[in-house]
Amino acid sequence: MNVWIAIALTAAGCYLVKLAGLLVPAGALERPLVQRLAALLPVALLAALTAQQTFSAGGELVLDARAAGLAAAAVALVLRAPFLVVVGAAVVVTAGVRALGW
Amino acid sequence: MRDGSPGKPDAAVVRDALGVGIAVGLSGFAFGVTSAGSGLSVLQTCVLSLLVFTGASQFALVGALAAGGNPFTAAAGAFFLGTRNAFYGLRLSQLLALPKAVRPFAAHWVIDETTAVSLAQPSRRAARIGFTVTGITLYVLWNVTTLLGALGAEAIGDTAAWGLDAAGPAVFLALLAPMLKSATERATAGIAVLLGLGLLPVLPAGVPVLAAALAAPAVLWAQGRRRASTGREKDSR
Repeated sequence: MNVWIAIALTAAGCYLVKLAGLLVPAGALERPLVQRLAALLPVALLAALTAQQTFSAGGELVLDARAAGLAAAAVALVLRAPFLVVVGAAVVVTAGVRALGW
Repeated sequence: MRDGSPGKPDAAVVRDALGVGIAVGLSGFAFGVTSAGSGLSVLQTCVLSLLVFTGASQFALVGALAAGGNPFTAAAGAFFLGTRNAFYGLRLSQLLALPKAVRPFAAHWVIDETTAVSLAQPSRRAARIGFTVTGITLYVLWNVTTLLGALGAEAIGDTAAWGLDAAGPAVFLALLAPMLKSATERATAGIAVLLGLGLLPVLPAGVPVLAAALAAPAVLWAQGRRRASTGREKDSR
């Protein structure tokens, strides 16, 4: 049930912010500070999410095979690999490191 | 050229849009697998892709739920990630000049990829074609591959053994990397990582991500202060 509540809230919230952008008058969100905050907010959230989903398990900080996978993704990004290759590199390296017994 | 869009034939716009739509649409696999691997049912996974349809928010939601976050903090993190779409909508509403009646339907497709393709077009006609073709392609593929990914994850059982729990963070990193353009973004990301990891053991699941979002206003505030103080130094000279 909790999962459905979260899904309903996310679906409604995400749809309404999309619609808001199309409906509000152009001037409303055009203040420079609002724009810069809107650009930086995803940076902060994505960085925190990347770190947490790589280095945590069950509410504790851990260092495991996912760290190697993320490093592989980072290398793929530096080499300008396509999106799916980046994700694939992380998955393959994580599975490989785990298979080696980490 | 018989299409009336200066400089760019319709077919070229469609080709651009299909390229982006297909490449990103296929990554619904990664979402389907991650979501089902996080403990959501196939139905829940598919409803997310059908109704939320903004990838980063979907990944964030299933990640927060898997970590044991309550539905409200989990949804809040997903919502804040989705707020950038409001700013895309603002740009698109001027560019596409959609009739009022169409906007509630078009709104569902206002995401990173449709915005990027539309903004890259030289005319309103091309932008409308780009938005529509990217939207249709991405929506159909994202939902089909979500279903296949979720079914696949259920079939193979332990997704972690296949390294599939690394797909979520890799997606986030791939979305983040092109945003790290200047020292401002890098400082924000660095502080957010420290806050997100540092607060993880002490705050309830889902809350540390929201706290890490404070890195954005903090960096802007620090920048504003520094600019104000260098401004004063110049004035006093």
